[in-house]
Amino acid sequence: MIPASFDYVAPTTVDEALAALAEHGDDAKVLAGGQSLLPILRMRLNAPGVVVDLGRIPDLQGVCDDGDHIVIGAMTTYAAVLADDLVSTHASLLSKAVATVADPQIRHRGTLGGALVHADPAGDVGAPVLALGAELVVAGPGGQTRTVTADDFFEDLFTTAVGEGELLTQIRIPKHTGWGAHYEKFVRVSHQWSIVAVAATVRSEGGTIAEARVGLTNMGSTPLRAVSVENALVGQPATDEAIRAAVASVADGTNPPSDLNGDSDYRRHLATVLTRRAVLAAAGA
Amino acid sequence: MTITEDAPTAGPEIGKARRRKEDQRLITGRTRWTDNITLPGMLHLAMVRSPFAHATITAIATDEAKASPGVIAVLTGRDLADGQGVVANAWPITTDQVTPTHLPVAVDRVACAGEIVAIVAARSAAEARDAAELVDVDYDELPAVLDLKEAVKDEVLAHPDLGTNTSAVWTLDSAAQGSGTDVEDEIAKAREDGIVLEREFRQQRLIPAFMEPRSTVCDPTGEQMTVWTSTQVPHILRFLVAATTGMPESKIRIIAPDVGGGFGGKLQTTPEEFATIAVARRLGKPCKYTETRSESLLSGHHGRDQWQKLTLSARKDGTVTGLKVELLADLGAYVGVVGGGVPVLGAWMFNSIYKFAAYHFTVRTLLTNKTWVDAYRGAGRPEATFAVERMMDELAAELGRDPLEVREQNWIRHEEFPFTTVAGMTYDSGNYEAATARAKELFGYDALRAEQQRRREAHDPVQLGIGVSTFTEMCGLAPSRILGALNYGAGGWESASIRMLATGKVEVLTGTSPHGQGHETAWSQIVADRLGVPFEDVEVLHGDSQISSKGMDTYGSRSLVVGAEAVVRAADRVIDKARPIAAHLLEASVDDIEFTAGRFGVKGTDKGITMAEVALATWTGHNLPDGVEPSIDADATFDPDNFSFPHGTHLCAVEVDTETGKTTMRSYVCVDDVGTIINPLIVEGQVHGGVVQGIAQALWEGAEFDEQGTLVTGSFVDYTLPTSADTISLVTDHTVSPSTYTALGTKGVGEAGAIASTPAVVNAIVDAVRHLGVSDITMPCTPERVWKAIQVGSAGATEGERGAAAHFDDGAPNQDSPQPSDTTEGGAQ
Repeated sequence: MIPASFDYVAPTTVDEALAALAEHGDDAKVLAGGQSLLPILRMRLNAPGVVVDLGRIPDLQGVCDDGDHIVIGAMTTYAAVLADDLVSTHASLLSKAVATVADPQIRHRGTLGGALVHADPAGDVGAPVLALGAELVVAGPGGQTRTVTADDFFEDLFTTAVGEGELLTQIRIPKHTGWGAHYEKFVRVSHQWSIVAVAATVRSEGGTIAEARVGLTNMGSTPLRAVSVENALVGQPATDEAIRAAVASVADGTNPPSDLNGDSDYRRHLATVLTRRAVLAAAGA
Repeated sequence: MTITEDAPTAGPEIGKARRRKEDQRLITGRTRWTDNITLPGMLHLAMVRSPFAHATITAIATDEAKASPGVIAVLTGRDLADGQGVVANAWPITTDQVTPTHLPVAVDRVACAGEIVAIVAARSAAEARDAAELVDVDYDELPAVLDLKEAVKDEVLAHPDLGTNTSAVWTLDSAAQGSGTDVEDEIAKAREDGIVLEREFRQQRLIPAFMEPRSTVCDPTGEQMTVWTSTQVPHILRFLVAATTGMPESKIRIIAPDVGGGFGGKLQTTPEEFATIAVARRLGKPCKYTETRSESLLSGHHGRDQWQKLTLSARKDGTVTGLKVELLADLGAYVGVVGGGVPVLGAWMFNSIYKFAAYHFTVRTLLTNKTWVDAYRGAGRPEATFAVERMMDELAAELGRDPLEVREQNWIRHEEFPFTTVAGMTYDSGNYEAATARAKELFGYDALRAEQQRRREAHDPVQLGIGVSTFTEMCGLAPSRILGALNYGAGGWESASIRMLATGKVEVLTGTSPHGQGHETAWSQIVADRLGVPFEDVEVLHGDSQISSKGMDTYGSRSLVVGAEAVVRAADRVIDKARPIAAHLLEASVDDIEFTAGRFGVKGTDKGITMAEVALATWTGHNLPDGVEPSIDADATFDPDNFSFPHGTHLCAVEVDTETGKTTMRSYVCVDDVGTIINPLIVEGQVHGGVVQGIAQALWEGAEFDEQGTLVTGSFVDYTLPTSADTISLVTDHTVSPSTYTALGTKGVGEAGAIASTPAVVNAIVDAVRHLGVSDITMPCTPERVWKAIQVGSAGATEGERGAAAHFDDGAPNQDSPQPSDTTEGGAQ
């Protein structure tokens, strides 16, 4: 379908982009990779007056090493994240999750930052970013920046800490060098949004789990972090039996959706199975 | 078997795995689809569609839309009322069939969501869409009937003026027609001293989901009105436009250019086509309408959608004595061009390859306030094959015997052909033993059974299941006399012409209308062999009523077995016409002329002349025998004597993760018998595509409406169409039992895969978890449904209850899984 007509601006710096957002207020929509925005516009579910395209801002793209963090520009595509050695070395959980996103065409268009700000709870990058304890750098009017932890970033369905007139510019991920990781995604067809997925990364010491991080996809209105399960896993041997017990309560208190792919009870059941599998795989068991 | 193109070799073209000559232009995007056609001064249309399943239209305000930039006209159904034509039903299955009038653009009332209520014509497609958003329609909502079993009650009516939701009841009974015994007697006997199995299956609603959305361009400015449209049926459309608008047929030219898939979804003559024609004629300007994918999923016709109630009687030794079939079939809001005939096409196929003594079939077709339903790949036969193949597995489970062994006990043996079935069809040829033996060998049947046993004993969380489908089908629609007896509104013949050009090149005109099948390649191979000319010298022309003026188009796996038979006969007539000319030029008697490999030779000499030389001599006309016209062109129209009955054995192995309910394909083997194969590469493609479409019904696809009648699966986010990433490599092979009804020995292959594969997959899933107390799972067999079936089965079943006959009196269908919630709240997708 054809979107309603809109004005289009393509700034080349973050400051210009922020200025455009300041000028147009809530009449403006930010275009990152467009993999969610364009269908919304084409189906006329939204009709912004101005679309601000971030695709021509070089500063928002790429991955760099910053000591104990890696820094990923918000406009880095999934494909670029997937191909990046810094990410696969220091945040392999993110690589593994990104590898499952949709299909190659979408991965060459869609961006990490765009997906995070869109904040679809069935999207695949929220849970790993949450599990890895990332910090998100947000630039506001006038160019000042603030840093939001991943725990505070996701507020509700399609809602994040990025406010009106602000832009997510960077994703700073603490290095998890040497951690095992696995993203266990459950879908009916390969290109589908996650029905449920579990992101797990684990630091093992001689067959025992020393630290664990677990994020859940599509188990509520935001990506969720399973802190109690993370704590329960510490000190456990990487065996099926031990992990089965440690993750048994992973779905407690979650409120996943019901739809054609499964009702919420089924999703809660899936979460326990998938978490066990994700942690076992991450622990190399 | 993986087929790659043979290196160019001498010898016959038939049987050569040639790459399709169509593919270069299709794959490189050089072809022009309907939407690529742009005419000077052309207007673009956008449709305003009803969001309600059932409502009275009380007012339509168009002023704001008319004032929108670029808008030329905004037309409602009332504006078009005269001359917009009627979307026709060509097959009233009974003389008293209830058939609601289906106007292309609704006037007073809409009967399903997506129905067109107004049309905007504007200078650009964007301006048309913008203005369509401004058309303000007032509706008074009416109660909608959405559920098939509710519709039977006639409490809420899809069309209140008709007084009932039942469109027709159609019956075939072996005792009544003298083709078998009485099914009630057989069931009664079996209740005394035998086995009676009662099952109810759901055939979910599917969406054809062809790749190219439907598009129509109408140019009303010439002496003939020209319509380009993405259709399977240009000739039928031409006839129906003439018949329902009053336009002389001779003033209508319909062109189906390259068409990107149909699967039955484009055998409809659509409201959109009629509406585009009506607006173009009203405005006197060329108009184009191209649907969006959302419009396509909502308002193109859907397929399947039946409840199937089955009663099978058997002796204790496993010999099936009777099958009783009672169907409820959802037509949706209107009766499509074939409409109610789709379930009737299954009437002869529930008995499939088996020798049942008694058979009864009744279908009740029902109107509901949902998208209309018509043919979708297989049309009636997949539904029948699913039911009987599920029942044969249920019987095997009841007997505790191997499902292939129980089938073999009941099927027609190869030495029994030709065989007249209990439904009254005569199958000409086949060899179910040979196809099954080959399939078992390729599949490694015994080894997989052994692995299945090991996994069961080990309580492996991932269980292995093996599914069987030994199918046949009837295709090649159709003998005109049979269609006449069934009250169908047209014949089933096909037409062809061959034009011999002066330069020796050959033009073949076919009345079939390919939309992805590769007719240009296959027809060229056939003609190259028949006339002895190079493959490259044959051009196949189709789809334009000015060029290929006569035809019945493409559906029902008819093109090769009916259309190509006409081509063969036209080619033979070319030879017959060329022979006296060749004799004259060779100064020999006609009786001494032999035609082989493209050359007319004089017996016992080395004198001869090629077909190309005869064509040139005919064109010059300088030296022809007295009284012979200077033409060797020929036409032929072929009307088949019978249907075509391809068959095959499909074996499927799946792994079911009992912890999640997820099914993963492990192995799929199909050995099909489609008679003589013209092009193995094309046949392979048809089998692959068909099998995957059938697997998709089993595992992935299903059109779902909510309680308001809104299509929930209205985009590819929710209508989960598989891609190649979701399927596995198929193992295919063939046995060849040539048809005795066709000159070439071919049988149809377009639908066979989709007909065969669905029950193979569901049987495999049920087989994987039957020991856990599961005896059925509703399609699509989503992980959630499988998992819930296991939970209920494991909790509820005891050894003795497994396979026990379900009784319809209990009210509920014999589904082990509760119906999952169809709610979508909170779905972020």
